[in-house]
Amino acid sequence: MSAPVITKVDETPAVTSLRRKDLLGISDMAADEITLVLDTAEAMKEIGSRPIKKVPALRGKTVVNLFFEPSTRTRTSFEIAEKRLSADTLNIAIASSSVVKGETLADTALNLEAMQPDMIVLRHSSSGACHLLSRICRSAIINAGDGMHEHPTQALLDAFTIRERKKRLEGLKVAIVGDLLHSRVLRSNIHLLTKMGADVWVCGPPTLIPTDIRRFGVRATSRVDEAVGDADVIMLLRIQLERMEGAFFPSLREYFNVFGMTEARLRLAKPDVIIMHPGPMNRGVEIASEVADGPYSVILDQVANGVAVRMAVLYLLAGGAEHETAA
Amino acid sequence: MPVVMDADRIARTLTRIAHEIVERNKGVDDLALVGVRTRGVHLARRLARTLKEITGDEVPTGALDITLYRDDLMRNAVGPQPLVRRTEIPFSIDDRKILLVDDVLYTGRTTRAALDALIDFGRPRGIQLIVLVDRGHRELPIKADYVGKNLPTAPDQSVQVRLQESDNRDEVVLEQGGAA
Repeated sequence: MSAPVITKVDETPAVTSLRRKDLLGISDMAADEITLVLDTAEAMKEIGSRPIKKVPALRGKTVVNLFFEPSTRTRTSFEIAEKRLSADTLNIAIASSSVVKGETLADTALNLEAMQPDMIVLRHSSSGACHLLSRICRSAIINAGDGMHEHPTQALLDAFTIRERKKRLEGLKVAIVGDLLHSRVLRSNIHLLTKMGADVWVCGPPTLIPTDIRRFGVRATSRVDEAVGDADVIMLLRIQLERMEGAFFPSLREYFNVFGMTEARLRLAKPDVIIMHPGPMNRGVEIASEVADGPYSVILDQVANGVAVRMAVLYLLAGGAEHETAA
Repeated sequence: MPVVMDADRIARTLTRIAHEIVERNKGVDDLALVGVRTRGVHLARRLARTLKEITGDEVPTGALDITLYRDDLMRNAVGPQPLVRRTEIPFSIDDRKILLVDDVLYTGRTTRAALDALIDFGRPRGIQLIVLVDRGHRELPIKADYVGKNLPTAPDQSVQVRLQESDNRDEVVLEQGGAA
């Protein structure tokens, strides 16, 4: 109990804790909180290079991974992050075939709450599912993707990967190309990158550009050369056929011809451009194989960094919200 | 607010400890320094420089952040989490003699956390503890091998170690009246 009286101050950062119980999205996060997550993730990344990749920080904490949508990368990444921090993890995957209504979700959550987990990592096909749980649950809720709304840990790991390569976010030209309409990755990335001062361009077929997208401080175009020209970062988004109800473009082949990232298009960007993709990739649709596997690709770095960023989020939220101390 | 060690005293003390290290280990073969963040790292780097002057040999030096090993980490359910900083041990600790360096030895809890963290990096041949100040009041069975200064203190006093690298001056100050 007795904390050492010796204070160990170094270069003190702007904030030392997140001002929240849950991570629901990037939209309500402040820039200094984002920086804290990224800085903490740098310390966490080193743990992955140790012979024993485990620290006792979250010993005795229980984390439930509640996935209502299929996911390999994100679920595995969270699970590894939890295990590296010594948390007890529980995976619940619920078939996505049935449409899960709010009430059912709430009931599931309340039943889980009765078993007193400390954190719930939730992925759900309905936008706002995490906000619903955050209102009714005592546990910390971490959004692992809700419908077409947000996927905050993906945006944080993207930012971490960009910062690792470019040493900054501010002033970079970031071109995001693909299915803008259905992408929660896009929304979280727009919030994060604009808050951190990046120059964000979004590009896709006119049918897949949300009408109010410019409201978020980004530039939108359907001319891929304009978006990619002089870009520091090109981020490709998956064409989400499973979410498309209707014809948004003539064919996948035509999409590739007009928007697909090829080596020829890559040459329009800065010479040290990096290519990102949140996965899973559709090779030959949004990205050519030689680009995905080429020297500019940091796609596998993104996956590796995902673990470190999720460890940072889990660790920072495990302490609870600061304002609760006073209560 | 009495200054118990000034810059000269700190410099002479580190030189003395460096000589003790060489004497006790019969040289610096297979030694490595690991400083506990933040000020232990500065002290470890200074000791490495002095050891090089004395013996001509480089002693590998690393930095250890013990935050994730603290025993009070999840005790208080709510509140801000302590800041985690990067651990950098760019060498294998297997079969080396590790000189663990911290600024102040007090309850011994930081040292306990550092020992647990180190063991996760490998199996050193031995670990020796170096502290600039031992202020007493141990709560765990831990003892330093090299002590810069034994400083009797009351529990409500606090010992502030300030070093050029982080505080723009070298001094150890004994402050009255609880937590700083």
